[in-house]
Amino acid sequence: MTTTLAKPKPDAETQLVDINLTVNGRAEHFSIPPWVTLLDLLRERMDLTGTKKGCDHGQCGACTVLVDGKRVNSCLTLAVVRDGASIETIEGLAQGSELHPLQQAFIDHDAFQCGYCTPGQICSAVGLLREGKATDRESVREYMSGNLCRCGAYTNIADAILSVKDREDAR
Amino acid sequence: MIRFGYDRPSDVAEAVRDGNHGGVRFLAGGSNLVDLMKENVERPRRIVDINRLPLKAIEDHEGGVRIGALATNADTAADARIADRFPVLASAILAGASPQLRNVATAGGNLNQRTRCLYFYDNATACNKREPGTGCSAIGGVARVNAILGASKACIATHPSDMCVGLAVLNAVVNVTGPLGERAIPFGDYHRLPGDDPSNDNTLKPGELVTSIDLPDEDFSGHYTYLKLRDRLSYAFALVSVAVVMRIENGRIAEARIALGGVAHKPWRSASAEGLLVGEAPSQSAFLAAAHALLDGAEGQAANAFKIGLARRAIVRACKQAAAGTPQSQIDKRVA
Repeated sequence: MTTTLAKPKPDAETQLVDINLTVNGRAEHFSIPPWVTLLDLLRERMDLTGTKKGCDHGQCGACTVLVDGKRVNSCLTLAVVRDGASIETIEGLAQGSELHPLQQAFIDHDAFQCGYCTPGQICSAVGLLREGKATDRESVREYMSGNLCRCGAYTNIADAILSVKDREDAR
Repeated sequence: MIRFGYDRPSDVAEAVRDGNHGGVRFLAGGSNLVDLMKENVERPRRIVDINRLPLKAIEDHEGGVRIGALATNADTAADARIADRFPVLASAILAGASPQLRNVATAGGNLNQRTRCLYFYDNATACNKREPGTGCSAIGGVARVNAILGASKACIATHPSDMCVGLAVLNAVVNVTGPLGERAIPFGDYHRLPGDDPSNDNTLKPGELVTSIDLPDEDFSGHYTYLKLRDRLSYAFALVSVAVVMRIENGRIAEARIALGGVAHKPWRSASAEGLLVGEAPSQSAFLAAAHALLDGAEGQAANAFKIGLARRAIVRACKQAAAGTPQSQIDKRVA
């Protein structure tokens, strides 16, 4: 059974703002009220529901996406503020049927249980490896501290990230 | 989320014009303001999005460094000049928030972030900062993160920033532009104590916009630390934090600056406490005397009186770290 979510309809007094975003490589245009968060835009208007709403207050990291290459909490980001930006979400990481190395590493290292935090963890880890500041397990743990996992899969998450980092370093 | 109107000015003059109305808030990274709007604590009628303003640069300025108000926390901590000459600031920034938040949170926004007092966030409770005149629920309540210094009968909120504690010991200057023009505010005068008007966190006048923060031409890279103590190792607000910078000449302290975070409505410094250290050789007794002076008048609630002793020990330990040139790591959290 498919469920179609009703899209919110603006009332007459609502100010609509035109913005352009590139989402997972595709140019998109939106006309939205200013209070729409990037998270709600992705989930409710693009049906990109891989990005999760956990706390909705920037405390859990489940909503982490990459904006112009940098990891951010999409729940605290008003979409209008990011007009012109390039957004990467968990849906955009794989190349066709080939998983992103971090996605594969999370599977190989059993780095999730319920999986709800996983898209945010993986997007955050993509940002972490781009930043190039993680050198060892301690720094991976510290620089992944913005992503909570209530199942407590941290040990395996760190293993997964370190395995990809080690492979990248060896190249 | 509340509803609001939206402006996106392209220069400071336009932003100040847009901002010169009641019920308007400037929006930078949004990590605090958007959160508070979701909680219905901040209810602006209109948002002025300042992210297109040319205020992102970190640049050399009069021998020191000027940090644009829109420079992100991540970019500021990673800037080579900051990391080399003002490492206490980089360390304080990296002790705060998470990498995701530091990628969006700005220098100006850090200064202007609101308290994390539980009652300020809870619309169902009385709070003089949120609703002046309703009372203070934190006094006698769950007050673990609340103030032990400089508080009043009206408010025991703390300023939650780590970055500002680093800026306090660097004698930073905050540059602002408002309807009446530009002015420069010494860091110690920027934030205020709650007194009988806790709704004002700082001394900004209506419509004023922070444009940059200046770090004077100094170098405390040899003797500094930022020591932060909290309920978990990462990604939590300080119970107590201590920033220290020192100049040591011929084995004696020529200058020492100490600021506390997590204990007051503003980063807490004391000229008399710092003065006690001048001319002294670094020692446990000298640092303990300074700690007692810095904590003079400290007063706790049942829920947070432990912070007085915690702060005393943290000050002594941080002074030792700074004097020895062995600053606290923000990755390996063991305190040596």
